[in-house]
Amino acid sequence: MAIFNLTVNGKKTKVDVEPDMPLLWVVRDFVGLKGTKFGCGIAQCGACTVHVNGEATRSCQIPVSSLAKNAKITTIEGIGETQLHAVQQAWIEEQVPQCGYCQSGQIMSAVALLKTTPNPTDADIDTYMSGNLCRCGTYDRIRKGIHRAAESLKAGNAGTGK
Amino acid sequence: MEHINTSRRSFIKTGSLTGVGLMVGLNSFAKEKHPKKISHTDPKSAVLDLEINPFIIISTDGSIALINPRPDMGQGSTQAAPSLIAEELEVSLDKVKLIQSGGQEKYGSQQSGGSSTVRGLWTSLRKAGAAAKEMLIETAAKRWNASIVDCYALDGKIYLKNSDKSFTFGELVDDASKLQVPKNPKLKDPKDFKILGKYNKRLDVPERVTGKAVYGIDIEVPNMVYACMQHSPAIHGKIVSIDDSEALKVKGVLQVIKTKRPMPHRAADAVAVIASNWWAAQKGRKALKVTWDNGDLAKTMTTDNYFAATYEAAKKEGIRYEEKGDFNAKFANAKQKLEFNYETPFLAHAPIEPECAVVHVKDDGTAEVWAHVQGPDGGLSDVSRALGISKDKIKFNVPLLGGSFGRKAYHDYLNENCLLAKELKKPVKMMWTREDDITQGPYRPGMLSHMQGFVDKGKITGFYHHAIGESIVGQVFGGLAPDESDPWLSGEISTENSKYEFPVSKVSWTNVKTEIPIVWWRSVYASNMGWGQECFIDELAQLAGKDPLQARLDLVKDARYRKVLETIAEKANWKEKLVAGQGKGIAVFASFGSISACCITVTKDGAGVKIDKVVSVLDCGYYVNPDNVKAQTEGNIVMGITAAIKGGITFTNGVCDQTNFHQYNVMRLSEAPKMEIHIIDSGENPGGVGEPSLPPIAPALGNAIFAATGKRIRKLPFDIANLG
Repeated sequence: MAIFNLTVNGKKTKVDVEPDMPLLWVVRDFVGLKGTKFGCGIAQCGACTVHVNGEATRSCQIPVSSLAKNAKITTIEGIGETQLHAVQQAWIEEQVPQCGYCQSGQIMSAVALLKTTPNPTDADIDTYMSGNLCRCGTYDRIRKGIHRAAESLKAGNAGTGK
Repeated sequence: MEHINTSRRSFIKTGSLTGVGLMVGLNSFAKEKHPKKISHTDPKSAVLDLEINPFIIISTDGSIALINPRPDMGQGSTQAAPSLIAEELEVSLDKVKLIQSGGQEKYGSQQSGGSSTVRGLWTSLRKAGAAAKEMLIETAAKRWNASIVDCYALDGKIYLKNSDKSFTFGELVDDASKLQVPKNPKLKDPKDFKILGKYNKRLDVPERVTGKAVYGIDIEVPNMVYACMQHSPAIHGKIVSIDDSEALKVKGVLQVIKTKRPMPHRAADAVAVIASNWWAAQKGRKALKVTWDNGDLAKTMTTDNYFAATYEAAKKEGIRYEEKGDFNAKFANAKQKLEFNYETPFLAHAPIEPECAVVHVKDDGTAEVWAHVQGPDGGLSDVSRALGISKDKIKFNVPLLGGSFGRKAYHDYLNENCLLAKELKKPVKMMWTREDDITQGPYRPGMLSHMQGFVDKGKITGFYHHAIGESIVGQVFGGLAPDESDPWLSGEISTENSKYEFPVSKVSWTNVKTEIPIVWWRSVYASNMGWGQECFIDELAQLAGKDPLQARLDLVKDARYRKVLETIAEKANWKEKLVAGQGKGIAVFASFGSISACCITVTKDGAGVKIDKVVSVLDCGYYVNPDNVKAQTEGNIVMGITAAIKGGITFTNGVCDQTNFHQYNVMRLSEAPKMEIHIIDSGENPGGVGEPSLPPIAPALGNAIFAATGKRIRKLPFDIANLG
């Protein structure tokens, strides 16, 4: 076991875990944030997507020891703490989730996409979001949700999670 | 305390649910004349929470809780079920709390399955709401010394007409709950519905976009240990030896247990690695060295052998389910006839949340369970049997299901964890890996449809569907006699179901057995059988020189079916002129009390085709929320196309060839086609919504590909980018 000092959703936290434990299990079972989900364990489904320094990352593939000391980790719980993020609002407006289990990862990917591509085309969305599986089949609504979120971010009337 | 749907955790904190409850069984409205009192956990509380009937709890402080008797796996029962009650009770859903039932008998059947939530509860839950409303009105009328016809319910209050008088439900409930429960409360005329049939946002969506919703995998209880399972790669292999020396060296690993995976029909050997966290448990599992005796499984348990047996069976007569005329004689003499086999693969459900459960067997002889099952009533019975503890001593909590599609109504994983919890006497959280989920089954069975048919003077006049494969009723429940035609499957392909009025027809069945575990998968056999039925109709239409839509209309007199066909033709612009290389295909199938048709348009694209658009029409009778009907249909389109063009499950040498999503491919966002969904407001009795729009998807695609390319596909899955 080893001690790791992490910054998760802006809060400093200390965990005592095996160095090879993936960030996913550290976040879920040691930091206690259950919003990030396990789906496949091999970076094929995207359910475990979090941001590491703002970048969408499959947390099931990141041993906690490989994180830089000052790495900033953001999970689904951290993007809309004071006001829902525009993506979360759009997801509600479009009624995107069915079971909702994959949606933490979908939303974290969508938020990262909109940071680098504020006006995504359908093709941009298709490319960026194809690493996130949804077995319920909410893909059409995810596309609509991302366009809606992009619009409201442009109009400046929605949360950016900051 | 009752279990509260964990997505409504604020209510847990209030802890106010228990109280002096007047228990009146809904299934025995008038039977219980002497309501049982249940003890009050907080005798100091002035607030009484009264169970006016099993599905409605009204507190004297005015708060209202409704019970959802159908677990939510994404199909929307957390909205649908309480909407049925709230409509009649005259309360608004944003003002009530929701409680997930935990298997207790007073709630009746609690199985989310067979697309049954709304159609199964349409009358009973509305009656629960209406009965409570009548009791509240009667109480108010008495207090005002008024006639009940002058009182009405609105938004949680009873009002006296032409006055400014009103009582909240909370002010009335104490007296109201002492009244006789009306046997036949008056239900609202659908034209007066305020909630049912209307667009309403699902109120738990915010929790599902913020990470707050609690799924089975999220359950954590104090002093819990974690289990990761080593299953037999050949599913039924027997353990010869276990070398756990390396596993026990893994930090966090506590012990290794030789155990069983009890499937409903047989138990398989398994090994559990118990650890202080799940990551350590799965590391321990990887370090295990288990020697398996697979017997003949390498030879017998292969999908190639299984399908070879189905094609052999296609050459012989099956067990007859229905016959109109002498099909064989007419077929032998027919001048224009066709005979083809249509194959559908085994499929994994692969819900995005893998199977898991938490079970705690306590020192005092009671137990508590947290399991994302589709039916807590069946789950409770299974746990009771597995633990040898009576149901009344088990508290069964149902967190949300992260998808299921039939999988989590098969309780092998729950029974498996019961065995561990019984031995460990502390809370155990057992979680399957994705590899467990994909390699261990149960699966949708692969099936063969052997089709024969003939045409005469431009009409389809003879049709024979011989369904061949493994039986769910037979394998899982041991409930199929050797001379019996599988009743689930045969009903789905009967002419009574299809409404196709062929002059001559036959439906038969041959059971080809397999040791590969099978179970229902979204839309059950309809997902297999729609493929053969609807593609073959197109082939016969082609032979008859008929337009595929017209060929179907020629066979159907039933007004609802005709309307579905006419609507798909209109909405999908069936008659439009297509560009070269483009083609449209249609299919129609009825299942779970609803009728759905699909039209898919494809365009040639290199050696394959691309899907331009999917249009789906559904007549599901009355429904709760049109937006949810559309969402479920979107899901069926994605899953139906996935089942047609992505890889199925195959077994070679007794072992599943696919282990995770890199080999078991499912549709990704970039592949999701444009889709358009239309609901027919037929005003008929409610039918299913979660499944019925799936069966027509694959055949509509196959028929569209034929229309565009002239290539007829009869075996699923196929590569849409390279049709060969």
